[in-house]
Amino acid sequence: MNMEEMINKYFRPGRLPHIWCPGCGNGVVTGCVVKAIAKLDLPKDDVAVISGIGCSSRASGYLDFNTVHSAHGRAIPFATGVKLADPKLNVIVLTGDGDATAIGGNHFIHACRRNIDLTVVVYNNSIYGMTGGQYSPMTPTGSKATTAPYGMIEPDFNLTELARAAGATFVARATTFHAQMLSDLIVKGIQHKGFSLIEAVSACPISFGRQNKMGGPAEMMMWQRDHAVPIAAWDKLPEEKKEGKFPIGVLYEVEGRKEYTEAYDELIAMAQGGK
Amino acid sequence: MSLKIYTNRCKGCGICAAFCPKKVLAVNELEKIEAVAPENCIQCGQCELRCPDYAIFVHKEGDEK
Repeated sequence: MNMEEMINKYFRPGRLPHIWCPGCGNGVVTGCVVKAIAKLDLPKDDVAVISGIGCSSRASGYLDFNTVHSAHGRAIPFATGVKLADPKLNVIVLTGDGDATAIGGNHFIHACRRNIDLTVVVYNNSIYGMTGGQYSPMTPTGSKATTAPYGMIEPDFNLTELARAAGATFVARATTFHAQMLSDLIVKGIQHKGFSLIEAVSACPISFGRQNKMGGPAEMMMWQRDHAVPIAAWDKLPEEKKEGKFPIGVLYEVEGRKEYTEAYDELIAMAQGGK
Repeated sequence: MSLKIYTNRCKGCGICAAFCPKKVLAVNELEKIEAVAPENCIQCGQCELRCPDYAIFVHKEGDEK
């Protein structure tokens, strides 16, 4: 299947063009999600896409699967409910950096801890784009935002390390420049039994790039190319050269940890076993 | 012609033009992408891979069903 056929098959007819700004990376990430589903050849009815609120979370409205466009920060709780109700579904959460780490930060860490079989794709554009460029917990220190006109003084979250520490069993990162890698990582995330996080580094040229003088959409994509380092090379990089750069690829993966819906089913069987 | 452009989806961000290795594409005065030198296209697929709006597709010759 070529890309045009994938778009025609998995997007709701008549919903394009989407609302995202010129050069917004969200379209690339959503395209990679669709490519991953096409590669796995999942039937549409076996996929549930749950999103929160924000620019990125508009994606669920364009996609022709079982979809929920839920409350701000609450994509993971809705997805947890869907997964527990029907564990056979491939539940994919599409959320933004603010939605996942600020408003829904607590839900995020507890879903990691439970190791529930969700595939969470965090569109990280470093800013709240839809509301006009306020800083999020993932705005890099020193970057400007409408609520940080002299630069962000807070340290930003390293989401992949946070997920790993909280108990996620598959943690990966790619950028919109590395689109092929991104769709491959989403394939691995869907196949992984347990909580998978894929951080998709995306560009917001209007609300983030403009305030931080990063150039246009193409320049922001080139910035990703120049600052992302594949994990194999990252591990060999001396500490002083890591400054300002970030690793991409599968950053952490562990098999064999108990998955939440399986544990729940076992508990039900045990509790009802004596009757 | 192996390039297929959906003009209604294009927002003129210029990503495809910037990444095209053969300078086939350019944003026109209507802020839409246009194939200005289609004969130079090597069907590398960079434009299709990077377009955030699903507005350009490359159909490789011999790829038809």
